[in-house]
Amino acid sequence: MDEKKRNEAYNKYVNAKIPKTRPWPSLFNSFWIGGLICCLGQGINDLLLLWFPNMAEQTAWTYTLIALIFLASFLTGIGVYDRIGKFAGGGTIVPITGFSNSITSPALEFKHEGIIYGLCVKMFTIAGPVIVIGIVSSILVGLVYLFI
Amino acid sequence: MYYLWVFLIGGLICAIGELLIIKTNITSARILVTFVLVGVLLEAFGIFDPISEFAKAGINVPIVGFGASLAKGAIGAVKARGLVGAFTGGLEATAAGIAAAVGFAFLFGLIFHSKTKK
Repeated sequence: MDEKKRNEAYNKYVNAKIPKTRPWPSLFNSFWIGGLICCLGQGINDLLLLWFPNMAEQTAWTYTLIALIFLASFLTGIGVYDRIGKFAGGGTIVPITGFSNSITSPALEFKHEGIIYGLCVKMFTIAGPVIVIGIVSSILVGLVYLFI
Repeated sequence: MYYLWVFLIGGLICAIGELLIIKTNITSARILVTFVLVGVLLEAFGIFDPISEFAKAGINVPIVGFGASLAKGAIGAVKARGLVGAFTGGLEATAAGIAAAVGFAFLFGLIFHSKTKK
């Protein structure tokens, strides 16, 4: 069997093994869970502004993000977030809580390889590219705005 | 009433992410990178703020908002401080989010044990 045929056969095999998610229910679940997480954020933000009327809007917003990140990290720690994630897919990945989960989850998983080489290094397996691309693109945007 | 917009826009962005996952089997790292880039571009072209006006947390809680604050920070710092702003602005604006995510991950990483690998 030549290489092309073998690759084709292999791809066919892989595609047959990939778990099939039915698109409509999973889209619907991502939609309402994602929407709910955003509403939770808005709720925290509004409560903060209600309780601390003197707080600047930007500060309240920062605390809101920290609260969401804390919550997601904690729920990942006790194993609840990944269970919601199986159900909600994109609904739990796309919000900032998914970013938090993507850092805490590998940190927990690779802890047994040691604090430094496991927990601290593997923390960034998913978040690393996000932070790198984010920083690089923000530098580029800054440079563009410098010249216009 | 604006909670309806928060819910609809936030849900829509997450559903688009899920659609990408279903259609292309894209990994979650790529999803996050894509949405951060979208956020940076939306902010750079000035489209983000008008949406944010009515969508509020609906567009700020998704990782798109993280990208937008990176760009917003860089743009603001460049206007205030010149060239050095391009290097300081992005991280300054997102410092709290990154520090919280890393800090809590470290803390809970020490406290809890992996549930998935049992």
